[in-house]
Amino acid sequence: MSVASFIISLFGFTILAPLAGGLLAGIDRKVTARLQSRVGPPLLQPFYDVAKLWHKERWTVNNYQGFYVLMSLVFAIIAGVIFFAGGNFLLVVFILTLSTLLFVLAAYSTRSPFAEMGAEREIVQVMSYEPMVIIMSVTYYLAVGSFNTNAVLTLGRPIITYLPLVFIGLLFILTIKFRKSPFDLSYSHHAHQELVKGISTEMSGRTLALVEVTHWYENILFLGWVGIFFVWGSWLAVLLTVVALVVVYFLEIFIDNNFARVKWSAMLKWAWLVTIVCAVVNMASLNWSWLG
Amino acid sequence: MTSTGKSPWLIHYDAASCNGCDIEVLACLTPMYDIERFGIINTGNPKHADLFLVTGSVNEQNINVVRQIYEQMPDPKVVIACGICACTGGVFRDCYNIYGGVDSAIPVDVYAPGCAIRPEAIIDAVVVGLGILEERRAALDAGAALDAGAALDPKEA
Ligand code: SF4
Repeated sequence: MSVASFIISLFGFTILAPLAGGLLAGIDRKVTARLQSRVGPPLLQPFYDVAKLWHKERWTVNNYQGFYVLMSLVFAIIAGVIFFAGGNFLLVVFILTLSTLLFVLAAYSTRSPFAEMGAEREIVQVMSYEPMVIIMSVTYYLAVGSFNTNAVLTLGRPIITYLPLVFIGLLFILTIKFRKSPFDLSYSHHAHQELVKGISTEMSGRTLALVEVTHWYENILFLGWVGIFFVWGSWLAVLLTVVALVVVYFLEIFIDNNFARVKWSAMLKWAWLVTIVCAVVNMASLNWSWLG
Repeated sequence: MTSTGKSPWLIHYDAASCNGCDIEVLACLTPMYDIERFGIINTGNPKHADLFLVTGSVNEQNINVVRQIYEQMPDPKVVIACGICACTGGVFRDCYNIYGGVDSAIPVDVYAPGCAIRPEAIIDAVVVGLGILEERRAALDAGAALDAGAALDPKEA
């Protein structure tokens, strides 16, 4: 990670990611509406929502909640900047987990039973997806020989050819990370599904606006994780990556609309099962190809 | 129209309703009426809501619930009474435990009659409510510029 790439990523990600993320959320809502044969909200609706929340009356349950949410946003941005600057992938994973945990703390700090229930579910979600994310970084190292994300640019072929099963595992846990049904246990974007409003129950006005923006940053970062599987040292990579991202995101929306929410125990069981199978088989095959 | 008018999130509370009006409120969310076209989301959370849709009349059991939900909503907010029961008490008006319409508990901004209220009438009432919401936001913004502390004090609302 050179200084130049860090600075480009710092400004590029911080400014462009919320624009892209908000637009993505708008496209998401539009496509979802069409899948349900509705017209759906305007494309820029997520931006209207955040702008409205910014102008609501400023209430806060306590003095810490807003701070935790703000720090969660800051760490999500730092994680994204490091990732797109070509930095250490493992570091990105840990910083992003920190961001999520700060969000959980924000909910816990309110002592509201609904928010606490949401926070507990969020923790179960973290437990479900985190092993796969760690394994993804380890297998990334095995395939590329470095934790740095810019190392893929030196490869002769994209890492999906080394890690096909890890990619499938990532897709599975991405549904949790994108907060999509059937795994949107702690905070759903669909109307009126959980206990009041899950983890964000006690957040209102500007705090809630920050939560939304954090979510936009995170979504762009996750799409980066998907994209890195298709990048290698060739200009063709751009085309392949764009196609892959569109397909993956549409798949997520499709799953979101076609599956009912599952219980937390089912989520945990399935996520770990998929993780173990994908990880073991893929790691074994990597070692096999080294031997052969 | 500002972002407030483009993104009104609503909370629906069923006071002493016969459920006729509730079903019509939910019908607004279906593909047939699709109120998400206007950016409306049905949140179950007063702290996220801008519009308060109440169906049914107010009685001894629920008067405090109606007040609590209203108080938990941050400004700017608008209350819409959906159905004739919510407007005046309707057929339940003379029951021993009924106070009357929603205005016997909290200030109501838009009265939308009908038994049961039609989804079109709910959408019309929401559109009228949006105008009021815009005025309140303008007042709040102006007040916030003058004296941030006082205008943002929840107890002043
Ligand atoms: S107005 Fe009619 S349909 Fe609505 S709650 Fe009253 S009695 Fe029921």
